[in-house]
Amino acid sequence: MSDNMWAPSCEIQTLQERAKILGKIRAFFNVRSVMEVETPSLCAASVTDVHLATFTTEFVGPGNSTGLPLYLQTSPEFAMKRLLAAGSGAIYQIGKAFRNEESGKHHNPEFTMLEWYRPDFDEFTLMAEINDLMIHILNCQPCTSISYQQVFLDIIGIDPLSVNLDELKSIAVKYGYADIADTETNLDTLLQLLFCMEIEPNIGQRAPCFVYHFPASQAALAQLCTEDPRVAGRFELYYQGMELANGFNELTDATEQTARFEQDNKLRNEMGLTPVDIDKRFLAALTHGLPRCSGVALGIDRLVMLATKKASIKEVIAFDIARA
Amino acid sequence: MANYSTNEFKGGLKIMLDGEPCAILENEMVKPGKGQAFNRVKIRKLISGKVLEKTFKSGDSVEGADVMDTELAYLYTDGEFWHFMNNDTFEQIAADEKAVGENVKWLVENDVCTITLWNGSPIAVTPPNFVELEITETDPGLKGDTAGTGGKPATLSTGAVVRVPLFVQIGEVIKVDTRTNEYQGRVK
Repeated sequence: MSDNMWAPSCEIQTLQERAKILGKIRAFFNVRSVMEVETPSLCAASVTDVHLATFTTEFVGPGNSTGLPLYLQTSPEFAMKRLLAAGSGAIYQIGKAFRNEESGKHHNPEFTMLEWYRPDFDEFTLMAEINDLMIHILNCQPCTSISYQQVFLDIIGIDPLSVNLDELKSIAVKYGYADIADTETNLDTLLQLLFCMEIEPNIGQRAPCFVYHFPASQAALAQLCTEDPRVAGRFELYYQGMELANGFNELTDATEQTARFEQDNKLRNEMGLTPVDIDKRFLAALTHGLPRCSGVALGIDRLVMLATKKASIKEVIAFDIARA
Repeated sequence: MANYSTNEFKGGLKIMLDGEPCAILENEMVKPGKGQAFNRVKIRKLISGKVLEKTFKSGDSVEGADVMDTELAYLYTDGEFWHFMNNDTFEQIAADEKAVGENVKWLVENDVCTITLWNGSPIAVTPPNFVELEITETDPGLKGDTAGTGGKPATLSTGAVVRVPLFVQIGEVIKVDTRTNEYQGRVK
């Protein structure tokens, strides 16, 4: 460990540009009358998503002498939807999110997320607004868009909605992933492998690229499409090798949401992971009534990386985890 | 040997891959916001020297390789093996042609080399960054010959061939960078 670990991992000039970008984001939403909100970083409940690992801590104090378990939130999604259910209208938040086990060129376990929700927007209306924000911040070309199915057909030559596990395994082997493919039993894992390694580097190079209509099995918290229930109202935005945003036409049905949480926990059991207590306050808010809306989470650190042409996330945050 | 999970991957870690010991050069996490994380790892195979990229599912583990580097002085060759000695313990180790490979041309008696051992046997020999060798063959350079600045080839006592300036002559000892094959200067 060198002696200069007290010093920022980022140049001061980059921090100045970062501050400007944050100002521009706030101006963007101010003009559109989207309200800025803040929700807790410390939450009583966590997420069931099998691919997210949370940090945990506990509160000891008045009323909680034995310690109240708390989780650092991986995204402000549940709390913001509780605000929407309470009648907040359009809202955005710029805040820290925390994800354990994630560190690398594009990941820091603590990072800054921009998340916003638009009542009455479907995913395509929201994508249009994200396009405006991208141009506003990055002065880039207008975003392109392609469906998940089409991008797989174009680049890999398979239909991800009808491919079976054996076919997908042989494709993965062909691309040099025999070690993973040989033992893999989950279709989505192989789709994600091919997407990350073979598709992502080949899209959104000149202009940001939306990929929409993710398979229903990767719907996360998106509604399934009524016209084609094989796919969900979920999209992602990619630009110059970076996954920048993930958005949903939000699932508003409490029963369906409960079933998805339970399915996650079943999967957690099969994978040898600890099941996660379901967020009852979030479900109660859905039962109370979440307005039809679309929402998106966008990584601000990555946005700053693109704006300042930095290759590593630590070059755009004051102190990365190694210097925290 | 212990198993290492992808979370323990870092530059320098030695692992087994396809039955061959390898060193991890770089490890980069690739993870979609929603979905499985992967590790894209740059690896050098320690026997063949080949560098390749390999992708692991995060959380998977691989067998570690019992690989260690030791500093040993080169003694001599009997034609079949190259013999090295630990200057502290006087313990000797013999490396075969496969382990010595192309670096045979940089082996100078008493120079301390890095010998990579896998399960106790030498698999690679890395010479010092700089060695001093005598020129055994080179064209006589003409004084004032300014045509071309590329110098001329010179054969050294070990058989290595490097480009040297025109004024350098047979019998002179020169210093060479073994990593780049480049002439560094004459040794007085």
